[in-house]
Amino acid sequence: MAKNPEHRDLFSGALEMMILHSLRLKPMHGYALVKHIKQVSDNLLQVEEGSLYPALQRMLREGLLESKEGVSAKGRPTRIYRLTDAGMRHLEKEVSSFEKMFAGITRVLAVAKA
Amino acid sequence: MKWLTQLFSRRRRYDDLSVSIQEHLEEKIEELMEDGLSREEATRRARREFGNVTLTEERSREAWQWPTLESIWADVRYAFRRLAKAPGFAATVILTLAIAIGANTAVFSVVNSVLIKPLQYPKSEALVGVWLTAPGASGLASFSEGLRLSPSMYFTFTEQNRSFQSMGVWDPGTASVTGIAQPEQVHTILITDGVLQALDVPPVAGRWLSQADQNPHGARAVMLSYGYWQRHFGGDGSVIGRNITVDSQPWEIVGVMPRDFRVVDTDFDLIVPLAFDRNKQILAGFGFQGIARLKPGVTIAQADADVARMVPIWMDSWSNGPGSNSHFYENWKITPAIRPLKEEVTGSVGNVLWVVMGTLGVVMLIACANVANLVLVRAEARQQELAIRAALGAGRKRIVRELLIENIVLGLMGGACGVIVAYEGLQLLVTAGPANLPRLNEISLDARALGFTLILSVLSGLLFGLIPALKYAGPRTTVALQGAGRTASASRDRNRFRNILVVAQVAMALVLLVSAGLMIRTFEELRNVDPGFSHAETLQTMRISIPSSMVANPQMVARLQNDIADKLAAIPGVTSASFAGMVPMGSMELNWDLIYIQGKNYAGEIPPLRMFNYIAPDFFHTAGTRFVAGRDFTWSEIYERRPEVIISENLARELWGSPVAAIGKQLRSGSTKQPPHEVIGVVQDMRENGVQEAAPAIVYWPSLMNDEYGHESGETMRDVTFIVRSNQAGSVGLLNAMQKAVWSVNANLPLASVRTMQEIYSQSLARTSFTLVMLGIAGSMALLLGIIGIYGVISYAVSQRTREIGIRLALGAEKNRIFQMVIGQGIRLAMIGVAIGASVALLLGRMLSSFSQLLYGVKAGDPITLIAVSAVLAMVAALACYLPARRAASIDPMQALRSE
Repeated sequence: MAKNPEHRDLFSGALEMMILHSLRLKPMHGYALVKHIKQVSDNLLQVEEGSLYPALQRMLREGLLESKEGVSAKGRPTRIYRLTDAGMRHLEKEVSSFEKMFAGITRVLAVAKA
Repeated sequence: MKWLTQLFSRRRRYDDLSVSIQEHLEEKIEELMEDGLSREEATRRARREFGNVTLTEERSREAWQWPTLESIWADVRYAFRRLAKAPGFAATVILTLAIAIGANTAVFSVVNSVLIKPLQYPKSEALVGVWLTAPGASGLASFSEGLRLSPSMYFTFTEQNRSFQSMGVWDPGTASVTGIAQPEQVHTILITDGVLQALDVPPVAGRWLSQADQNPHGARAVMLSYGYWQRHFGGDGSVIGRNITVDSQPWEIVGVMPRDFRVVDTDFDLIVPLAFDRNKQILAGFGFQGIARLKPGVTIAQADADVARMVPIWMDSWSNGPGSNSHFYENWKITPAIRPLKEEVTGSVGNVLWVVMGTLGVVMLIACANVANLVLVRAEARQQELAIRAALGAGRKRIVRELLIENIVLGLMGGACGVIVAYEGLQLLVTAGPANLPRLNEISLDARALGFTLILSVLSGLLFGLIPALKYAGPRTTVALQGAGRTASASRDRNRFRNILVVAQVAMALVLLVSAGLMIRTFEELRNVDPGFSHAETLQTMRISIPSSMVANPQMVARLQNDIADKLAAIPGVTSASFAGMVPMGSMELNWDLIYIQGKNYAGEIPPLRMFNYIAPDFFHTAGTRFVAGRDFTWSEIYERRPEVIISENLARELWGSPVAAIGKQLRSGSTKQPPHEVIGVVQDMRENGVQEAAPAIVYWPSLMNDEYGHESGETMRDVTFIVRSNQAGSVGLLNAMQKAVWSVNANLPLASVRTMQEIYSQSLARTSFTLVMLGIAGSMALLLGIIGIYGVISYAVSQRTREIGIRLALGAEKNRIFQMVIGQGIRLAMIGVAIGASVALLLGRMLSSFSQLLYGVKAGDPITLIAVSAVLAMVAALACYLPARRAASIDPMQALRSE
């Protein structure tokens, strides 16, 4: 488990949210997901494989995702993960509650500065 | 059902996961190689960045699992694998547990079936036995069961009570059935109205006996038992309404009771109405067992009070004939003693069963101690492995759990094999079963017994698993990793647990052996008791009853009985034959009467009740009973109805001081119609109520007498037991010859209760011998386990001390001293165990004698037993230490020092 001290641990639920959000754009396989998140966040966020796969399985079980056989960009067999309708609803709920929380945190920090 | 589909799709999910992760890694490697790394380096880096692939996969899979459960399951499988690698250990432990758990399960099944399960009647908790006590009736006080009910009591109690839903009285009896194949003597149960209603078990065919069937002038309705119905009518339903000939009279079959139906615990062939004639009843005749169903909400105390209220009413309503004082029974202080019917069924056997159950519980503990010892040794061998795991971060809980799971697996496997042992044991017990064990037919391994086994298995696993688990799960890494094996000798601490276990084992074994020893001594004492008859094994008995419907005249009955006795005596190989109303220990109904001594002024006082029997000439000679004074009856005196009587030695001593002084004295029965009888003989005492009970004082009347009621024809015993002295007693040849002899006199007479006196005698010892056998088995098991325990501990200690002993020898210790040292160690442990065990045994023995009345003629603290058992245990302990001691003495110092 390569830990990079520059990258903070994600708070709980954040990883799921990012996975769901990324998959909303298009279905992806595991490696593509990691790369996608890394790229989009400009290397600020790095998803650990040790957390990614258990999270994927949990979401599969809860019916937020589904997986099907597919091939990677390099042509090797893999599993492609896709958002389900339930996953979509879950994402929206999470995002809105996250935004509320984020707004709250921002306000508190603003007061502290003043 | 979602979890079920999940379970089946799991394999696919896991495959998907592997594929994903595999591709992930490869893609990463490829990318790194594109960055210019060599394949090797790329692989290494990719793996490093990915982290522990197996762990990631495992944690991902957990999304689909019940993690705790599955990891427990993994532990269970691991336990199985480890046990499979140590088959010797596993087999020893499982066998030990199987025997211990099996024995406990078997006895629990018996306890459960006999004592715990409710009786097989609907709402059986409301059923009670209606009994009375009469502390004021001297003589009767020795009659431990209490006072039974008389017919007049039945009438008063049924008519006046406020607490019984229904109530009746019953009595077992016999009758001869003719007309179906051979004449047959069958077991009957005579009942009044109310008995079947109280028991409330519906018939399988036909109807119950009704109130109308209780007609004293023409009762002719009979019910069959299921067994009799099957045997003689093949379960034919059309049998209802048909007639069978009972005691030469036609009776109509009105119903059949279901299989396994018994009255209290008495099996039967026919149920016959008692049909009391209300107009002929007197106060006396206390010969019937009362049974009742309490009204809902009525307690036994309330019912007792109700009966106490009715006793004076009963005395007011009836009399013992003109001129008698109907309040005479106030002297008897008749008190109600109603008890739950279940208590009546189980009787005193409960004590025995609880003692046996407790004994086997102790065996279970000893077995657990043994197994704990084995498990400790095994855990010790694993100490390094466990220490490494603890060092790598395995939690204490996790290791305790694993050790416990292994032991519980062992416990459960032992339990599973134990069920087989129990099943076989029960089969054996029921077939060889002590005939006086109540509810024998109900004994089975039911769900409750299996639940008991399960709990016992898990508990035993916990019990012997907890010690090593707590001991070795701890973070004692340093000690273990250093390699404790290299230290000079085992530390005190390491052996303390095992020593305690051995001491406890020896103590418990001693307790059991002392109990078994006390039972052996009891048995010996009982065997030494002179029962009043000799050589029971060559004495054949059988019952023949001659109903008045067959032969009315008593004089003729006496002739018939005389003829049969003569014919029996004439059989080749038979030395003599005779008969009596009952034979000792024959569990027949006992007869009691007031006996007045002629010439004594009773001044309104009542003489004590005495037991009586009717006998024919030569009865004592045939039975081997000695005449202490005087002589026997002769047949001519019997036919003349000479007023003569024979009494028992203890009665003679009580009344007249000595047997010789009694000869020529006169006594008479309670009936004023009887003339005084002259004592012509005094015979030795007979243990009429069984070997364990003191011999009662007995009056022996001649088998034919003047009728109490003054009938001219006289009175005779119609239901008598013949005894035949022959070396062939018990053989088929003799039985056939006896049957022929009887039928040459009257072909319609059935033979019943054909037993040798030895069988009767053994049966009276059945309770003691059953307890003895069970305690004996438990004691030997304890001894065996104890030996194995001591051997195991000493042997292991020697193997641990090989190096130390090697050094001692190298330094010049004598082999002899080493030998003594090892033996001494074993004996020291054994002696501590013996000392503790002896004090417990003293306490327990006192319980054994007072609580269960199992001991006879031997004190709880019997020094002979205690010393003998202690000596045996010490010897056995020394023996168990012998092998390891010899091994220790023959250690080659060079090898011992080199080998490690």
